[in-house]
Amino acid sequence: MIRTEELLLNVGPQHPSTHGVFRIVVKIDGEVITEATPVMGYLHRGTEKLAENLNYTQIIPYTDRMDYVSAMTNNYVICHAVETAMQLEVPERAEFLRLIVMELQRIASHLVWWGTYLLDIGAMSPFLFAFKDREKIIDFFNEISGARLTYNYMRVGGVKWDAPEGWLDRVREFIPYMRKQLDVYATLVSGNEIFMSRIKGIGQYDAQTAIKYGLSGANLRCAGVKWDLRKDQPYSLYERFDFDVAVGTNGDCYDRYLVRVEEMHQSLRILEQALEQIPAEGEIMGKVPRVIRPPEGEVYVRIESPRGEIGCHLISKGKAEPYRLKFRRPSFVNLQILPKLLVGETMTNMVTILGSIDIVVGEVDA
Amino acid sequence: MSAYLEETLGWGNFTIFAIAAIAMLLISLGIVTYLIYFERKVIGWMQFRHGPTRTGPLGLLQSVADVAKLLLKEDTIPKKADRSLFILAPVLAYVPSFLVLAAIPYTETIYFANLDVGVLYYVALSGVSTIGIVLGGWASNNKYALLGGMRSAAQMISYEIPLVISVTGVIMISHSLNLRQIVIGQEGWFWQWNVFPQIIGFVVFVIAAVSELNRTPFDLPEAESELVAGYHVEYSGFRFAFFMLSEYTYMIAIAGLTTSLFLGGWHAPAPFLEFIPGLVWFALKWAFCIFFLFWIRATLPRIRVDQLMSMGWKWLLPLSLLNVFITAVYLELVR
Repeated sequence: MIRTEELLLNVGPQHPSTHGVFRIVVKIDGEVITEATPVMGYLHRGTEKLAENLNYTQIIPYTDRMDYVSAMTNNYVICHAVETAMQLEVPERAEFLRLIVMELQRIASHLVWWGTYLLDIGAMSPFLFAFKDREKIIDFFNEISGARLTYNYMRVGGVKWDAPEGWLDRVREFIPYMRKQLDVYATLVSGNEIFMSRIKGIGQYDAQTAIKYGLSGANLRCAGVKWDLRKDQPYSLYERFDFDVAVGTNGDCYDRYLVRVEEMHQSLRILEQALEQIPAEGEIMGKVPRVIRPPEGEVYVRIESPRGEIGCHLISKGKAEPYRLKFRRPSFVNLQILPKLLVGETMTNMVTILGSIDIVVGEVDA
Repeated sequence: MSAYLEETLGWGNFTIFAIAAIAMLLISLGIVTYLIYFERKVIGWMQFRHGPTRTGPLGLLQSVADVAKLLLKEDTIPKKADRSLFILAPVLAYVPSFLVLAAIPYTETIYFANLDVGVLYYVALSGVSTIGIVLGGWASNNKYALLGGMRSAAQMISYEIPLVISVTGVIMISHSLNLRQIVIGQEGWFWQWNVFPQIIGFVVFVIAAVSELNRTPFDLPEAESELVAGYHVEYSGFRFAFFMLSEYTYMIAIAGLTTSLFLGGWHAPAPFLEFIPGLVWFALKWAFCIFFLFWIRATLPRIRVDQLMSMGWKWLLPLSLLNVFITAVYLELVR
């Protein structure tokens, strides 16, 4: 008689595939997971609490450090919340610049995801391919904001710096290049037999489950729900542009992959139009009082970050600091479905599924 | 060499063989050192990188520095590990990988053992290494290592069998298990090499061989993204180096075996090119096999354990049996 027993395996917080200091305790029977308990909080810095003692301009760099792979969209959500509360007008050129950097950020963020996801699956080259192209976007950000990762670029009422000379032209030249690169990626990976057999039908859920768990972004759209805040609740200038929302059908890892790849194409389309329409001259900062004091009251805004719906709930008592600031962080919400998806899967699929959810631990823990 | 092999064992030929073995060990260590350099360069170029450039001219001393680093590292043995097995495992993994080199004929005159059961000897010994890996995984008393070791055992069982059966076709054509005889049988033009009449066997052999080597896309026992480092997660310093060394020595060996079995060994692709020494041809074919392994490593993602098993049992095994059947029918018809 063979005696088998369950193995309690502690994956992380230092494990190459947990994308940071995320930990998950799994019970495995052979290689099959019977129970999974995510443990988070290793990167908790108390952003929301710290924000209560900071004025609004000071909060912006803290949002950079939440989702550090997509700092521009985080910058935007806090600025957008304050602007909504104070009903501030943002000059058109500033809004265009914000939109351009946000869409560039979406591509950069998806590239990081694409590369690391394939690294999780065991292919090493795509990671370096993706980072090589992301580097170009990072260089754009470096030129416009002086930083490569935590930009602190946006301000309440506009942006801090105008685009340097020739910057917009260089971004314009980048678009056809990136399109070509995306095709290269597709031939390198998307049709690969091993790759498809690894991710097709893995981590599947239907639209109902996705909505029930409050998933957003590619995690929601992969199940066939056409919900993109850029289209359905337009903010910034997204109404002016013609683009499609990438939607999947099966809700598995493969559809999440396809949705994210398609989103990169759509972002390039938006960028192309935005670069055509951006006014050549103009203010980059609106008329903002010296000390920003939103009137007493509450405001909730939400935008589409590369990871999903990022929301900002701001309660102001009319002071220079917020009374309470709460972020709805998409990585955190999307992660909640993980234990359900993992039961019955193998150790190998655990990495595949966790990677496909696309979390950034800085945002999970805030 | 052959003259010494046929003498009765005495101090004279024993000393000569001991010296030759040590020379071979040093040569294989030297090759492994620069194999790693070559691998890093090739993969680097495929990924828009330079690979090592800093240590020594063109980074040529990088691997030497790595070996020196591993030698100087603290050698840790986990408190709860099975001490004796933990120490034994890397040795058990490395020794067979070196021993199999003896069976490979490098040229018509340079070989270490003219074994009549050469192929069998290779396959039997290479199986022993897996025991070393399983032991290493088990003795570490680490869950990741254990999973890696178990995967390795499962992988060996699923792939050793198609590997052996795929070679059977070659053995049937050559009427010999002796690797030297097999190479001699492939003399002439390149279409007389076994790779063409035995194309199915060759494909199965290559897939099974890559799996035997535990290399991408079959590097499951050490799957970095899942099992951290798999069976050698608890090993450090030179014990770890021994595992790596055995992996690379096997690469040398399997490339040599592929060259001998399928690519005509030391023979030139055309008779009029025979004036170039056999060692050069052997080295060229061998280097191509090695390059092929690096190439797929830079290209392919990793396969999943259950897919690996089903591929081994449901595809490779029937295919290799089919190959044996076709070869048998062919031989019967020709006769």
